[in-house]
Amino acid sequence: MTTQVTAVPRRERAGEPPPPTATRGAGRGRAAARRTLTAYALLLPAFVVFVIVMLVPIVKAAQVSLYQWSPFPGGESTWVGAANYTRALHDDQFRLGVVNALVYMLITVPGQILLGLAVALLLESRLPARTVFRVLFYLPVVTSWVVVSLLFRYLFVTDGGLVNWVLMDVLHVVGHPVGWLDSRWSAIGAMSALGIWKGVGWAAIILLAGLTGVPVEHHEAAAVDGAGYLRRVWHVTLPALRGQLVFVTVLLVIGGFQVFIQSLLMTNGGPAGQTEMPLTYLYKQAFKFLDFGYGSALAMVMTVLVLVLSIGQTILANRRAA
Amino acid sequence: MSVDTRRHRRTRIGARLVVLAAGAAVLITPFLYMISTSFKPNSLVFEWPPKFIPHPATVANYVQAWGANDFARYFGNSVLVACASTFATTLLAALAAYAFARFRFPGRSVLFWVLMLGLMVPGVVILIPQYLVATSLHLNNSLPGLVVFYVGAGVALNTFLLRGFFASVAPELDEAMEVDGAGSMRRFVALYLPLSRPALATSAVFAFLAAWDEYSWALTSINDPAKYTLPIAIAQFQGQHATSWGLVFAASVIAMIPVLVVYALAQRHIVTGLQAGALKS
Repeated sequence: MTTQVTAVPRRERAGEPPPPTATRGAGRGRAAARRTLTAYALLLPAFVVFVIVMLVPIVKAAQVSLYQWSPFPGGESTWVGAANYTRALHDDQFRLGVVNALVYMLITVPGQILLGLAVALLLESRLPARTVFRVLFYLPVVTSWVVVSLLFRYLFVTDGGLVNWVLMDVLHVVGHPVGWLDSRWSAIGAMSALGIWKGVGWAAIILLAGLTGVPVEHHEAAAVDGAGYLRRVWHVTLPALRGQLVFVTVLLVIGGFQVFIQSLLMTNGGPAGQTEMPLTYLYKQAFKFLDFGYGSALAMVMTVLVLVLSIGQTILANRRAA
Repeated sequence: MSVDTRRHRRTRIGARLVVLAAGAAVLITPFLYMISTSFKPNSLVFEWPPKFIPHPATVANYVQAWGANDFARYFGNSVLVACASTFATTLLAALAAYAFARFRFPGRSVLFWVLMLGLMVPGVVILIPQYLVATSLHLNNSLPGLVVFYVGAGVALNTFLLRGFFASVAPELDEAMEVDGAGSMRRFVALYLPLSRPALATSAVFAFLAAWDEYSWALTSINDPAKYTLPIAIAQFQGQHATSWGLVFAASVIAMIPVLVVYALAQRHIVTGLQAGALKS
């Protein structure tokens, strides 16, 4: 059964009709009207909160981005048209942030998928202590970003940090402490290590769910044909996991591009803005410099980039499937 | 031959276990080291070589974290906000899911897709307008305000999860109750809720974890220290006591305990929820 993929929101079909109900004969119209009213009443509380918290802000983001927005309630906001967007296009710090986020994404997405796939394959089928492993691998996923970001900052400390100790005294690959969080790429490397460490369990669980749908006979047939383990994974398992792999990739790409708390708490963008990410940068524009209009324009640019990334991937995945 | 293949299989399982154990060890080490540091006096947090068994060990960090620094208050704030959000999110999502699963009404698919839009909008990018909306509704800098926003952010995902389960309840049961004269709400309470207990548990667990760990919105919305929730308090802790890692991690360990309890109790629900398509937290 291909149950997992149909559970992905994007593919959800909202339109399948609910079962017929016992409304027949006389009074049918009135009963139907009452059912409609009941349905709206059931939806009302959820939608009131949803509209306030999600829908209005989505619309408002576009509006604010076109103003020099006054940060004080009742203050005068000035219409500036596309000025905030023009500024965004020429903002070197924002561009640097986008590159940083892309690099973070390019490291963490393949990292999580490859390691997650390895874990899923290892956990597949009967194995003693399977549940124990599943629980352990999933532990970082349920831990708060704040705690693990601070934890990794501590692990990557230059003098006395656990990572440098392992590299120097256990593995003997470096001779002196590495200043991980003191320069751009090594700091992004440390953030990526955190991202992979936290996400492997999630990728593994989704892929593991897909593995149960791979017919054993296909594997056996390939084995009889003399295909080795890796060849069978490549030709039998991976094609069967397509749906899950696409789902995991799309969500990881979207999530990776929105790296936020890691950067905020591990380096706070330092040194000298070198590890700033798009979201930390727009957050500071809004809530440190109180430039809500510019922050919103950056947020709109990010939304468009995220949409392009996810739609692009979906199209790519579908074309390869055809 | 069968003995041979059995032995072969046993070696293979052994090899898999070794690799998995090595991976699990790498994954767990940061946690163990964090717990270890939380029992170290401040002078030893950067000790070289690092020690996993602190010597001398001390509980001073826990005493200080809990006693001083208002930490008990932050813990209480988090408990209140997370429990209220969990209850409200699950209730509102269950009502909406019931409507989507069992009623036919004009605008049904449009409303469903509007709700699903909420799943696709990136979280942090609407922080600014959310802040403006919250300001005009006087929902900033208040714990009930946090609850409203956590419910609004979580209701779409949980409606989606629960709708699937409600739709799988056999329609015959529903019709039988209706013939017996049970109204919509009575069927909801007496049929759908009891049958969907695992799904409700999944929904509640996700809502709880999301609210308990939420940082970005609380950071933006709350500025009165008396109203901090744990993630804010811990991040502030680190800022104020730049080198008191023992203190920071004692606080972190305390904050993680409810998560671990929920996780231990509901591990199966979490996995089911994820496999049913729940998004990454």
